Amino acid sequence: MLTLKGLNTEYPSQKGPPVKAAQDVTFEVPAGKFFTLLGPSGCGKTTTLRSIAGLERPVGGEITVNGLTVFSAEKRIFIPPNQRNFGMVFQSYAIWPHMTVFANAAFPLEVRKNKLSKNEIREKVMRVLSAVALDQYAEREATRLSGGQQQRLALARALVMEPQLLLLDEPLSNLDAKLRDRMRFELKRIQRDLGLTTIYVTHDQGEALALSHEIAVMNEGRIVQIGTPREIYDHPRTKFVADFIGTTNFIDGVALGKDGSSGRWTVRTPIGDLLVHTDQALAADMRVTVSIRPEDVELLEEPAAAANGQNLITGLVDQKVFLGDMVDFQVKVNDYTLLSRAHPSLRTPIGDKIYVRMNPEKCVAIPDLSPARAAA
Amino acid sequence: MSSVQNMSDLPQSAPQPAVKADPKWFVMGGVVSIVAWLALVPLFFLIYQSFRTPGTARKPAIWTLGNYLEAYSSSDTLVLFANSVEFAAGTAILALVIGTALAWMTERTNTPLKPLFYALSIIPLIIPGILFVVSWIFLASPKIGLINLVLQKLFGTEKVYVDIYSMAGMIWVDGLHYAPIAFLLMTAAFRAMDPSLEESAMMSGASMWGIFRRITLKLAFPAVAASFLILFVRSIESFEVPALLGLPVGIQVFTSAIYDAIHSYPSNIGLAAAYAITLLVITMGGIYAQSRITAQGGKYSTVTGKGFRPRTIDLGRWKYLTLAIFIVYALLVVILPFLVLLWSSLQKYYSVPSWEALQNVSLAAYMTIINYPSVGTAVWNSFILSIGSATTVMVLTAVVCWIVLRTKIRGRWVLDQIASVPLVLPGLVMGLAIMVCYLAIGGGIYGSIWILFIAYVTRFLPYGMRYNTTSMVQLHKELEESAAMSGASWLTAFRKVVLPLLKPGLLAGWIYIVIVSVRELSSSILLYSPGTEVVSIVIWEMWQNGQYVELSAFGVMLIATLFVFVMTAQWVGKRFGVKEN
Repeated sequence: MLTLKGLNTEYPSQKGPPVKAAQDVTFEVPAGKFFTLLGPSGCGKTTTLRSIAGLERPVGGEITVNGLTVFSAEKRIFIPPNQRNFGMVFQSYAIWPHMTVFANAAFPLEVRKNKLSKNEIREKVMRVLSAVALDQYAEREATRLSGGQQQRLALARALVMEPQLLLLDEPLSNLDAKLRDRMRFELKRIQRDLGLTTIYVTHDQGEALALSHEIAVMNEGRIVQIGTPREIYDHPRTKFVADFIGTTNFIDGVALGKDGSSGRWTVRTPIGDLLVHTDQALAADMRVTVSIRPEDVELLEEPAAAANGQNLITGLVDQKVFLGDMVDFQVKVNDYTLLSRAHPSLRTPIGDKIYVRMNPEKCVAIPDLSPARAAA
Repeated sequence: MSSVQNMSDLPQSAPQPAVKADPKWFVMGGVVSIVAWLALVPLFFLIYQSFRTPGTARKPAIWTLGNYLEAYSSSDTLVLFANSVEFAAGTAILALVIGTALAWMTERTNTPLKPLFYALSIIPLIIPGILFVVSWIFLASPKIGLINLVLQKLFGTEKVYVDIYSMAGMIWVDGLHYAPIAFLLMTAAFRAMDPSLEESAMMSGASMWGIFRRITLKLAFPAVAASFLILFVRSIESFEVPALLGLPVGIQVFTSAIYDAIHSYPSNIGLAAAYAITLLVITMGGIYAQSRITAQGGKYSTVTGKGFRPRTIDLGRWKYLTLAIFIVYALLVVILPFLVLLWSSLQKYYSVPSWEALQNVSLAAYMTIINYPSVGTAVWNSFILSIGSATTVMVLTAVVCWIVLRTKIRGRWVLDQIASVPLVLPGLVMGLAIMVCYLAIGGGIYGSIWILFIAYVTRFLPYGMRYNTTSMVQLHKELEESAAMSGASWLTAFRKVVLPLLKPGLLAGWIYIVIVSVRELSSSILLYSPGTEVVSIVIWEMWQNGQYVELSAFGVMLIATLFVFVMTAQWVGKRFGVKEN
């Protein structure tokens, strides 16, 4: 439905060459899907969204929506944002303070070329306002809405135009934590109900995992990995992705070789030899980093019989933090501190010996491509 | 198909082959050309004129360096320069000392009646400079000055205690006149200062005076230096004070010398232009230094963006002293000048207050003014010019600011600079440049009211820029972008979203420009002709004719009208303006 090919967007800078905000961004979003651009601030996710909207003019690449090219550097096509019919919710909501709730939501219908009658506008606006539960506030001054209500009004304004594409720029980031959780469900429900193709920008990995069909993780202007929330979380392809999404243990090591029967690689690390999972081509003696999530580091007080093919090592409890619904353990294994997230029922005292079990499926080996370490 | 240039310039533009040119480009192109024409062309003619001999019927004008030779070879120029600098520096220091003290008292102390004082502080801004000078002549001239008369009566002497016709008198009057501006500048500086910096000095055991001297003043230094330069430039540009107080006793500064060169017979416009260029170099230096200081002020970084409520210092019994200072200031700047004008306006012939004079109180002067031949025309001209130029300036600069702040057109900062050029042009220099320019171009603009309109619009462009920039910076970019995403064209978005949201700022700027247009004298004096007088010119002519009581009556009416206008405009603004959230 939406296709981006080799998108490049630059900003002029005061001195020196222009800033390359988005480089070679390519992805495809099928109709009705919720697609998220995820990354830290300055990674180019908002620039990419604004390029799709037409608020930025890319210097290269092509954007196609439903077979219609809205931007192409090569063919010199650029459809201005006001003719693209995309709905957009801005980070600041951009609710116009000089208008009522109704006037804000009715604006897209009032400025469009083929005018609707007053009654039709009224009907459509009220329908969309009631969808976001704002119908009883229609005549209120927009500035007198709460943060969450303004956010829903911004959504209503984007939806009333029956857009081909819904663009959301960190819409939940200005809300407090509880409201954010509620709006997250709300947003998901509305998107799934209407089947609107949606592009969502966020730096919050939790939001991205909760809402999306597919996630593109961006860093320094480039997409580093695209996949379903599970793929991204379970099998990060770079250290950056592993680190950015959730908490993880990084263990540096060297690939030894492939085990014949299981087809798994073994990696020599400071905490011992580990069987690992990898999607990428490894070679013997290659430097790799093993990433394992704290919740996948299983702690056992008894040397339980490790099922075949599991990684089993021993360590000492160094520190623990009780968090209510879980306990964070820091386990020392040969000078290396491993973080583990355990059930609160585990009450091993500090200084005691403990057994650590890790499923090789969850130990993801990432080839280390940084030149500094490769040379070392 | 859009050009390659367009491709990289703007995010929102008219691109497709089929669509006709976007009206946005016409609006923007038109505005840019108008602003560039207004700000640059007269300047070019001024420089040109300074290298030409005066042309007469028999002798055509030729290229020459004579004007500069004449201006710089005479030892008078050295005196002129010394006078100008002494006058401007003295004025700036006096205004700054008064303004800083008052700003500190209102912002940082618990002096009683502060809110009233703050409301009063805008009143001096509506008193035209020429009326302020005249009222101080009534108060402190050696012969008729009330202050001298009172002191002489008190001590039974003939001694002249104060003489307004002196360098000190000029500095005193102009310094008082600019004190309200210094007050506003320094108030802004104090508000931007984090009071916790002072509080930590207090916790370290510093005394109140120690805090003021070692922390507050030091932090305020960039603002003080920048304000000094602004005031210096303003005072070296002043015309009313040097013309009314300096010229009669032969104390000349650049502005009065320019005026003299034009009004002597035969008028020497080339020499005036050479003086004007010198003055321009000084003001440019001042403004440049000021912008450098402001830009470097970042290292003091007193603005944290965090909301804080300045804590006030409890002055104890000393607060009655600061209250007394407020009252004296109000007496000197507003009450005495206004009362002396009011008194004089109620007489048939000017006379000092006494029992006999009180018997002669009459409204005759007001009747004379109402029937005075040029008053009706002048009031109408001022009304039309002020409303017209304020509206034009605010609309023009709204578009200019939008281009500068919202587009990515390369070189847009140049436009910002061009629109700020008039800031360095003293009113008299601007008047001269515009005069020279439209005399050369012809087309009947010189001699019509349009030349005044052009002068006012050009002169007040920078004010419009400032008001518009401030409010547009606060206007979140996404408010406009969401209009575009909703399908609104550029014009619709500008009309339905940008302009309504800018309304409070536009209105405030508009009111300000109306007031300064009505007060304007130094450009108008070179550009008016019979039939296109404005109110400040009528006051000037009455002064020259010695019609003191009529002048006073007119002045009282003018101040009252402006006062009512400001109050009404603010009330309307509050009532119908956009609520700012």
